[in-house]
Amino acid sequence: MSLVSLQAAAPLLVMVATALALLVLAMVRRQPLVAMLLSVGGTAAAFATLVHQGTSGAGSLLPLFALDGFGLFITGLILLATCAVSLMAHGYLTDTGAHHEEFHLLLVLAAVGASAMALANHLLAFFLGLELLSVSLYALIAYLPGRPKGLEAGVKYLVLAAGSSAFLVFGLGLIYFRLGSLSLPRLAALLGSAGYDPILQAGLGLSVVGFGFKLAVVPFHFWSPDVYEGAPAPVSAFVATASKGAAAAVLVRFFVQLGLVAEPWWALVFAVIAAASMLAGNLLALLQTNLKRLLAYSSIAHLGYVLVAALAGGPRSAQAVAFYLAAYFATILGAFGIIAAWSRAGREPDQLRDLRGLGRERPWSSAALTLMLLSLAGIPLTGGFMAKYLVVSAGVGSTLWGLLFVLLASSAIGLYAYLRVVVTLYMRQRTMDPAEPVAAGRFGLAAGLALLALVGALLWLGVYPRAALAWIQSATESLF
Amino acid sequence: MALTWLILIPLVGAILAWLAGRFGDHLPRWVALGAVAGQLGLGLGLWWSDPTPYPIDGHGAWLLEHLVTWLPSLGVRYHLALDGISLLMVLLTGLIGAVAVGVAWKDVDKLPGAFFACLLATLAGVTGVFLAIDLFLFYVFWEVMLIPMYFLIGIWGHDRRIYAAVKFFIYTQVGSLLMLVAMLVLYFVHGRSTGSYTFDLPALLGTRLDPGLGMLLMLGFFAAFAIKLPVLGLHNWLPDAHAEAPTAGSILLAGLLLKTGAYGLIRFTVPLFPDAAATFAPWAMALAAFGILYGAKLAFAQTDIKRLVAYTSVSHMGFVLLGVFAWTSLSLQGAVIQMICHALSTGAMFALAGMLMHRLHTRDLDAMGGFWAQAPRMGAMALIFTMASLGLPGLGNFVAEFLILFGSFDANRVMTILATVGVVLATVYSLRWFQRTFHGPVPEGARLKDLGGRELGVLLALAAVLIWLGLYPRPILETSQPVVDAARASQSEPIRLAASDLKRPGKLDLGVRP
Repeated sequence: MSLVSLQAAAPLLVMVATALALLVLAMVRRQPLVAMLLSVGGTAAAFATLVHQGTSGAGSLLPLFALDGFGLFITGLILLATCAVSLMAHGYLTDTGAHHEEFHLLLVLAAVGASAMALANHLLAFFLGLELLSVSLYALIAYLPGRPKGLEAGVKYLVLAAGSSAFLVFGLGLIYFRLGSLSLPRLAALLGSAGYDPILQAGLGLSVVGFGFKLAVVPFHFWSPDVYEGAPAPVSAFVATASKGAAAAVLVRFFVQLGLVAEPWWALVFAVIAAASMLAGNLLALLQTNLKRLLAYSSIAHLGYVLVAALAGGPRSAQAVAFYLAAYFATILGAFGIIAAWSRAGREPDQLRDLRGLGRERPWSSAALTLMLLSLAGIPLTGGFMAKYLVVSAGVGSTLWGLLFVLLASSAIGLYAYLRVVVTLYMRQRTMDPAEPVAAGRFGLAAGLALLALVGALLWLGVYPRAALAWIQSATESLF
Repeated sequence: MALTWLILIPLVGAILAWLAGRFGDHLPRWVALGAVAGQLGLGLGLWWSDPTPYPIDGHGAWLLEHLVTWLPSLGVRYHLALDGISLLMVLLTGLIGAVAVGVAWKDVDKLPGAFFACLLATLAGVTGVFLAIDLFLFYVFWEVMLIPMYFLIGIWGHDRRIYAAVKFFIYTQVGSLLMLVAMLVLYFVHGRSTGSYTFDLPALLGTRLDPGLGMLLMLGFFAAFAIKLPVLGLHNWLPDAHAEAPTAGSILLAGLLLKTGAYGLIRFTVPLFPDAAATFAPWAMALAAFGILYGAKLAFAQTDIKRLVAYTSVSHMGFVLLGVFAWTSLSLQGAVIQMICHALSTGAMFALAGMLMHRLHTRDLDAMGGFWAQAPRMGAMALIFTMASLGLPGLGNFVAEFLILFGSFDANRVMTILATVGVVLATVYSLRWFQRTFHGPVPEGARLKDLGGRELGVLLALAAVLIWLGLYPRPILETSQPVVDAARASQSEPIRLAASDLKRPGKLDLGVRP
C-alpha cells in the first residue's frame, strides 16, 4: 500500500483509530465526557481529512473502495451525523445507568460501516460495511437496560437484518456465479453484454430486497416504526440517517453505474416501490400517536421522494438525491435530537400527549421542532423545501408525471400529520391525565450545540444554499 | 432597496414584538403599531414621490426594481419590482395592518408578543407576495405568509380553531403544490426553447406553449389563486377560517390574503398564459357569476355574523374574478378598486362583528336586535359599511362594481347580467344583517356598550377612505392605469373584445386620463 492510498484511506483510518482509542479508554478509566469528546473529536478529524481531499476525490483504494466525490460527500454527511448523535447521546445517557464509552465506540464502528458502504466500489466491501453497521446497530438499539421496548426492537432488528443479509448474500452469490466479478466497474461492463439472464435478474432482485430493508421502503418497511420507537432516540436518529444514507448511496451507484433503471422492468419496480412508500408512509403517519413512530413513517415517505429523484436519471437527479439526503439528515437528526434532549433517565416524551402545551414551557426547543416539522413538510425557507423542489424539478425534467402526482398528493396528506404535532405543541393545553405525561427536561450544553448547528444547517440549506449546490454539483460529477 | 425595506420593516417588527413580549404585555402592540406605521409611511412616500414608469425587459410599467442574484445555478433571483397595482396593494397592506393592530389592541389575552409577531410576519409575507416578480421568490413568500396566519387562527381563534387552521393550511398547500409543478414545467419549457433557465417573470412572459400544455399550466396557477380568492367550489375553507380566526386574523384574511389570490391572477395567470386564459375566460366568468349568487344566498342564510361576512366575501370576490377574466381596461380597473374596497369594507365588517362578539359573547344573530338605541355610534358605523357592502353610490364599492360590470358586459353578457343580480341580492342580505342587529326588539337582557374612542377611530378611518374612493377614485385609477394599459397592450388581445370602443380614451374612461 503506497503513501497515496494511505492518505486516501485517511477518513476510515481515523475513525478506526478513534474506535480503538475509545476501547482503550473504556478499559483504563471510565470518563463519559472524555469519551464523548474523543468520539466527536475523532469524527471531526476524519471529516477534516475528508474535506482536505476535496470533492474531486483521490482515486481508488484497493479494488474495494472508490473514493470519488459522491462517496466522499455521503461519507461527510455520515460523519457529521455521527458527530451530532454523539453530542446528543452525552446528555441522553446521563442517569440511565448505561456506560457511555461503549455507546460511542459502537457508534463510531457503525459510522465506519456506513462510510464503507458509501465508498464501496466492490460488492464485497459493500457487504462488509453493511455487516459492520448492522452488528453495531443490534447492540445500540438494545443499549439501554431499562427499556424493555429497546430489547424487543433490538431482537426484531437482529432477526430481520440477518434475514435481509441472507437475501443479499444469496443475491450477490448469484451475480458472482453469472458474471464472475463483484467489482462495480467490471459489473457495469459485464451487465451491458450479458443480455437477459433469469439467474442474473434473480440475483439483482434478491440484492434489491437487501437494499429495500436498509432503506425501509415499502414493502420492506415493517421493522422501522418498532425499531425507531424502541431504540434510544439518538440511535433512532442514526438508523434513520446514516444507515439509510449509506444504503441510498449504494442504490445510486446501482442506478447510475450499473444502469439498473435503464431497464424498463427495473424502473417500473422502483417506481412502484417509490409510489407505495410515499403513499403508505404519509398515510400511516396520520394514524400515529407517537412522535418517533410518526417520524419513522415520515422517513419511509421521504425515502420514496429520494427514489423519485434517483429514478429521474442524469446529473440533475444525482444532485437532487445528494441535496435531499443532506436536508433530510439535518431535519431528522434535529427532530430525534430534540426528543433525545427532552428525555430524562431514558424516559422519552415521545407520545403526542407528552408534547401538549410544550410550546409555552420550552419555547426555543419547540420552535426548533416546529422548524424541523415544517422542513419535513417542505415549507419554503427550510432545507426540506429546497430538497423537495430539486426532486420535483428532476421529476419534471424527466417527465415522471405519475410519480410526481403521487408525490404531490402524498405530501398534502403528510402535511396533516406534521401539523398535528404543531397543533399539539402550541394549541393544546397540558392535561393531567391518569397516565401522567412524561415531562420534558431542559437541554444539556452538548445537545444544545448540536441542535443549534442543525437548525443553522437547515436554514442555510433553505435560504442560501448556493455553496451547497456548487459542492454537490462538483461532487456528483464523478458519477458520470 | 426601498422595496426590501417594505418587507423588512414588518419582519423586523415581528421579531422585536416577540422579544418585547418578554418585557410586558403592552410593549408588543406599540412595536406592532410602529412597524405598520413605518410600512404605511414608506408606501405613501413612494406614492407621493410619483416615480416615472419604465419597462423591465420590455414588459410593464414598473416604478422601482430591486435585483440581487440568489441561486444562479437554478436561475433564481431575488427580484422585487413595484408597479402601480403592487403599490396600491402595498398601501392596502399597511392600512389593513394598521386596522388589525388597532382592533387587536386590547383583545389579546394570551401571549401578546407572539400574537403581534405572527400578525406582522403575515404582513411581511403578503408584502413580499405583492412585490416579487421572480416566480420562485413569489412562491417562497406565498408559502411563508401561511405559517404565521396558521398560528394566528390556531392559537388565538375561537372554539373550532384547530380544525379551521388545519383546513386552511391544507387547502392552500394543495393549490400551491399544483402551482409549483406548473411553475417548473414552464421553467423547463422556456429553458429548453431559449437555453436560459430562469424564473424571472419578464423573461417568461411570451413563452410559446402548446395549447393543451398551456391550458394545464394555466389551470395549475389558477388552482392556487382560485383557492385563495376563493372561487366557487374551492371556497370551503373560507367560512371556517374566517369565522374561527380572531378578529384581527379575520381582517387580515379577508383584507389581504384573499387579495393575494386576485393579485396572482392579474400578475401571473393571465399574462403568462394569455391564450389559455382567453379559452378559459367564459368558464371563469361563469364560476364568478355563480359564485356571486351562491355566496349571496349563503350569506343570507347565516345566523353566525362572522360566517355571514365570510360568505359575502365569496360573493364580492366573484366580481374580481369576473373583472380579471373580462380583461378589459375598465373591468381590470374595477377589479383593482374592488380589491381595495372589499378589503376596507369587509375588514370593517369583521371589526364590527368582533366588537359585537366581544361585548355579547355570542356570534348568533338571534341574540341580537334593536341595538341602535343603546349604541347609536356603532349603529351609524355599521350602517355606513352595510351600505358600502351593498354598493351604494358614493362609496368605493359602487365605483368598483360599476366598473367591473360595465367593463365585462361586452366580454360576456350572460354572465355579467347574472352577476348584476348579485348586486340586488347583496342589498337583501346586507339589510337583513343590519335589521336583525340594530332594529327590532332588543332580546331579553342584552346590553351593548357603545364604541370607545379607539374603535371609533379605526372605523372612521376606514369609512373615510371608502367615501374618498367613492367620490374621487381618480388617484387610484391613475396609479393603476399605466399597468392596466401595459398588461393589455403586451397581450395579443387575450379576450377578444368586439367592443373596441371601450379602449377609446376619454369617452368611457370616466375621466381617468384628463
